Amino acid sequence: MSQTVFAPWADPDQKPLIRFENVTKKFGEFVAIDDLSLDIYEQEFFALLGPSGCGKTTMMRMLAGFENPTSGRMLLAGQDIAGVPPNKRAVNMMFQSYALFPHLSIWDNIAFGLRRDNKPKDEINARVEEMLKLTRLEKFARRKPHQISGGQRQRVALARSLAKAPKLLLLDEPMGALDKKLRQDTQFELMDIQETTGTTFVIVTHDQEEAMTVASRVAVMDEGRIIQVATPADIYEAPNSIYVADFIGDVNLFNGTTSPEGDDRYAVHWAEGHPPLIATSAQPFSDGQSSHFAIRPEKIAISTERPTETANVLQGKVLDIAYLGNISTYHVALPSGQIIKAQTANTRRISRRAITWEDPVWLSWNATAGVLLDR
Amino acid sequence: MRRFALIAVPYLWLLFLFLVPFLIVFKISLSDLALAIPPYAPTFKDGIAEMLRQFDFENFVFLTVDDLYWKAYLSSLQIAFFSTLITLMVGYPMAYGMARAPEEWRATLMMLVILPFWTSFLIRVYAWIGILSNDGFLNQLLMWIGLINEPLTILNTNIAVYIGIVYTYLPFMILPIYAALDRLDESLNEAAEDLGCSRMQAFWLVTIPLSKNGIIAGCFLVFIPALGEFVIPSLLGGSGTLMIGKILFEEFFNNRDWPVASAVAVVLLLILIIPIVLFQRNQQRQAEAEQ
Repeated sequence: MSQTVFAPWADPDQKPLIRFENVTKKFGEFVAIDDLSLDIYEQEFFALLGPSGCGKTTMMRMLAGFENPTSGRMLLAGQDIAGVPPNKRAVNMMFQSYALFPHLSIWDNIAFGLRRDNKPKDEINARVEEMLKLTRLEKFARRKPHQISGGQRQRVALARSLAKAPKLLLLDEPMGALDKKLRQDTQFELMDIQETTGTTFVIVTHDQEEAMTVASRVAVMDEGRIIQVATPADIYEAPNSIYVADFIGDVNLFNGTTSPEGDDRYAVHWAEGHPPLIATSAQPFSDGQSSHFAIRPEKIAISTERPTETANVLQGKVLDIAYLGNISTYHVALPSGQIIKAQTANTRRISRRAITWEDPVWLSWNATAGVLLDR
Repeated sequence: MRRFALIAVPYLWLLFLFLVPFLIVFKISLSDLALAIPPYAPTFKDGIAEMLRQFDFENFVFLTVDDLYWKAYLSSLQIAFFSTLITLMVGYPMAYGMARAPEEWRATLMMLVILPFWTSFLIRVYAWIGILSNDGFLNQLLMWIGLINEPLTILNTNIAVYIGIVYTYLPFMILPIYAALDRLDESLNEAAEDLGCSRMQAFWLVTIPLSKNGIIAGCFLVFIPALGEFVIPSLLGGSGTLMIGKILFEEFFNNRDWPVASAVAVVLLLILIIPIVLFQRNQQRQAEAEQ
């Protein structure tokens, strides 16, 4: 049985909805966006992820029309949109502060954009009702923004920005003001709404979990550049750099030099007196090239007896155990002094745990468990 | 008990400094002019029963008979209304500019608005005589530029009164509007633009409604004192400037007719009560909305 995977970026015939062509944005001397090129496709849920000050908000504000690129071109559905004011763009934005009009009711807030288009009254009414239903706000239509909860305000902001059926919806940290539990529910709600409406969403966030959950593709940004654009799984499993590997989730890094062993296999010489680590890599490395071997904690097995079958085995001593309920993270000190994190699911009750502090343990993983990075 | 004591302080304050003087003025307004000290009769010296018997509303009737008074009231209302409007037109852009100015400039701009209060109000109004008179700075400047050949007669006209009122009460308009605009989130305007508003539409649909309370507060703060204004019309206005504050002063000090002057004051207060009550209600509603 074949399933069609949503991956327009892999199809060379697809035309992007948004195209950044060598876009640079400077504020005075400060370079916020540095020669950036990027394609975003229709119906994508695209996440811009990065630390604060990385330029993700500037990119969003350029898409909305509040800022213009200093150089380069920005195309929306093939049209250059540089200089087009925000009110003339088929792009709507959901603001981080929600920016709900405090003097208008929820109903009027949602109708605000529709009224500007001088649409007939029936059409506006029908559309507002539809939006209220989509965001489950029917009961609150007559209230003012300060009379509803934070989560409801967030939904009003979403309904208002979706009311005009934009080609592109921009979401600036849409869940930044919500608490963790509500945030998780809202993430799924947002995905449902995106699927229902078929609108292209671009979300700005600094929360990597949020980006991983909602997005079809994630762009990891740093200092005005895009470091990697890929699906959440690829970003996690196949980061292209230490920066991405380290930004998303937890990672153990071994710095060393490689020597090819044939069949895409490489030996990483990372410490004197230790056997080299064996890793596979599709990307070729030359003999003696310095490299970084990255492996996620949950890919490392921890045991009290030396495993025989696996390619990489290291001995160490348990330094710390972080117990998170469902999983535990073991901090294991190697004889070289390096501390390695290994994660296991707590399939047994804690009283029956075999490993405890100061125990000598064996860490092991297969050759394919990690990635070799050259930067 | 403590709560009662706390509330009692402002109430006692109002009782002694507002209600008691008002009752005294009201009492005088019911009496008649007399050649005596004080220049009215009857007084408490005649005994309370006798005093109450002699009280009448003659002076209030007189205010309606002589058309000088109601014309002065109307003219005061007109001058107060239009000067409030002009002050709003001048003050709103200034407040807007201040609220949109870079953060580090705002304290300085605020200072500049308050600065005139450091000099006596009377001296500042006198200074306007020097500016507006026929050979004053303004006429000299305009003639030097070549805009006019003959000096303009501004001083001792209603125009000078308008200038004086707008100048004097401008800070009272700017400060509440600035306070309202300063709190306004810039992203609200961006949201309005994002939803299809032009800059101008966003201003009318978002900025103005959200600064409404500041506008109302500013307008009352200008209108109420302007209505009873005495110094500005008597110094800058001419014989043709009819304002009730001026009439009141003349009745009191020139004619020494305390009973009529008191009646004028009582009626002025009754006129002022309407905007004051409206103002209070606006303030209260604003306080409730902010809770």
